Amino acid sequence: MIAPLLHVTGLSKRFGGFVALNDVSLQVAPGERLGLIGPNGSGKSTLVNCMSGTLVNDRGRVQFDGRVLDGLPPHRRAYLGLARSFQLPRPFSSLSVRDNMRIPLLYTAAVRAGRQRAENEIRERTEELLRVVGLIDKADARPIDLTQVDMRKLELARAMAADPKLLIADEAMAGLSNAEVDDILGLLMRLNAQGISIILIEHIMKAVMAFSQRLVVLVSGNKIADGAPSEVIRNDHVVRAYLGQ
Amino acid sequence: MTSATAVENPGRKVQAQIGTPMFAALATGVAVLFYVALALIGNEYLYFSGYVVLQFVVMATAWNILGGYCGYVNFGSAAFFAMGAYSTVCIYSIGTEYARSGVGKILGAIPPPVLVPLLIAFAGIIAGLVGLGMGYLTLRLRGVFFSIATLALSVVLQTLVVNWDFVGGSRGAYVIRPNEFPLLPGGFIAYLFVLMLLLVVVALTLARGIERSRLGFGFTAIRDDELAAEAAGVPTLRLKLIATTVSGALMGMAGASFPYYIGYLQPNSAFGLEYAVNAIAMPMVGGTQSWVGPLVGALLLGSFQQWATVTISSVLNLLIVGLVLIFFVIVAPNGIVGLVREWRRKRVLRKAVRP
Ligand SMILES: Nc1ncnc2c1ncn2[C@@H]1O[C@H](COP(=O)(O)OP(=O)(O)OP(=O)(O)O)[C@@H](O)[C@H]1O
Ligand SMILES: [Mg+2]
Repeated sequence: MIAPLLHVTGLSKRFGGFVALNDVSLQVAPGERLGLIGPNGSGKSTLVNCMSGTLVNDRGRVQFDGRVLDGLPPHRRAYLGLARSFQLPRPFSSLSVRDNMRIPLLYTAAVRAGRQRAENEIRERTEELLRVVGLIDKADARPIDLTQVDMRKLELARAMAADPKLLIADEAMAGLSNAEVDDILGLLMRLNAQGISIILIEHIMKAVMAFSQRLVVLVSGNKIADGAPSEVIRNDHVVRAYLGQ
Repeated sequence: MTSATAVENPGRKVQAQIGTPMFAALATGVAVLFYVALALIGNEYLYFSGYVVLQFVVMATAWNILGGYCGYVNFGSAAFFAMGAYSTVCIYSIGTEYARSGVGKILGAIPPPVLVPLLIAFAGIIAGLVGLGMGYLTLRLRGVFFSIATLALSVVLQTLVVNWDFVGGSRGAYVIRPNEFPLLPGGFIAYLFVLMLLLVVVALTLARGIERSRLGFGFTAIRDDELAAEAAGVPTLRLKLIATTVSGALMGMAGASFPYYIGYLQPNSAFGLEYAVNAIAMPMVGGTQSWVGPLVGALLLGSFQQWATVTISSVLNLLIVGLVLIFFVIVAPNGIVGLVREWRRKRVLRKAVRP
């Protein structure tokens, strides 16, 4: 078996007395598409935050590409190839959409490539990514003038600009129309075809089922299922705790 | 629609054609013209008041690198200014107190025209290091807590200086300014003015250079959203430390020649409220998003204060500055530069609609 790209072991996180994550373990293989689902408040975003370094986990360990990430700030994790989008979009509000892309290109992508792109390369790469997510018409707009849906696209484009090995998309598709969901799914599939592993966090079951090679279910901070999507959604625990309501 | 996006920032395209060396050359040219104009008028008072205005240009530009670009509001600008002033007093005192031996003898022997530029550089190093240290201690604090910490630093430093007899303690210290300066008409005060003019050129070139660089984009990302900046790969702590260091160093340099200017330095004047208030008010009034803002704000508010000190009263000065600041914060948070940009954008848009 090949070594996993991402290896999370025994991750726990509390907020005060509230246990948000309880002893969660998880693996993602290189090139894998993983779906992560769970009811609201089950700890999905908290897990993402602990993996990407935005939050510090209380217990457990995150390994990525053979390295232990404990104690590394988020930007160092990004340099290793771990990119994430935020569930609530966090654009750089005083920069145009175009210049929002510039930040990961100037920093993460440059460090990962070992060189700084020239100005025209930055423009080309920016426009390529914006075209891919369907934001090219709004390249010079300010984030404040974007719709919520466009902001999600910007989140995704910014994460893609970092040239990641693993992309974590935290509900990138909420609020999108069916056609747009298909667009983004197609986009993620194409990224994946280039060898990028993807963790997709999503409430839209149709999308998750179509996308995922494997499904992990979180409920109240516990991992209750992990396996082939078709089996996981038939699992009694999952049906009772989550899908059955 | 395309026209609306094309004119988003009309200044940028033009600006982009002027590189940093070219800008430095242009700024130096303007500075020389400015000096020649004053020299032709030949009124010594103009050097005295011009010096203060220029000193505020440096202070405002320095504050803006941390406050405007990174969004970290420093209330302790006076401390950095005073640090520069007191590092000069300290060196000067070594030169006079220990004039007979060792380091003191060497320092005492350096003629003032040579010593002052060295003191400015030295103050930059000291204040830069303190800025770095302050950054380490306080930058993990966000928003208003950071600002309160900088205020605390100011109080701590003032207490230290007041109790440090070697630099004059609470009494203050004399620094003798020579009257004459052989090369320039206008004497030593004209020389101090020229040095400050040079520092203005350095500060503006630096600020503008940062703005257009990778570092500047990192600063903006920090100001807009620090978590997102980190996620995009911006080493936020390191960048913020660079900002506190550069900002602190420039403020220290602005204060270094002040003891020569004033002749008699007291803690109350070096740590004066006017520095903390003006360093914030000038960029806010001018506009914090670009190097032009602090320059415009400092020239306007600084000149106004010079005029008001003579005609109205020096006490009312700060009150008026405070009111202007409040007005701008509420009505035009992007300052004068922001207002002009908005106005230009609208005008171009209107033209685009009816050709
Ligand atoms: N910074 C925080 N401080 C306190 N509680 C938090 C914090 N972040 C998350 N929580 C709590 O932890 C729990 C898990 O939140 P999390 O955002 O990880 O859920 P989620 O699975 O992503 O939910 P959703 O599907 O709504 O996005 C929630 O009950 C939330 O209120
Ligand atoms: Mg979530």
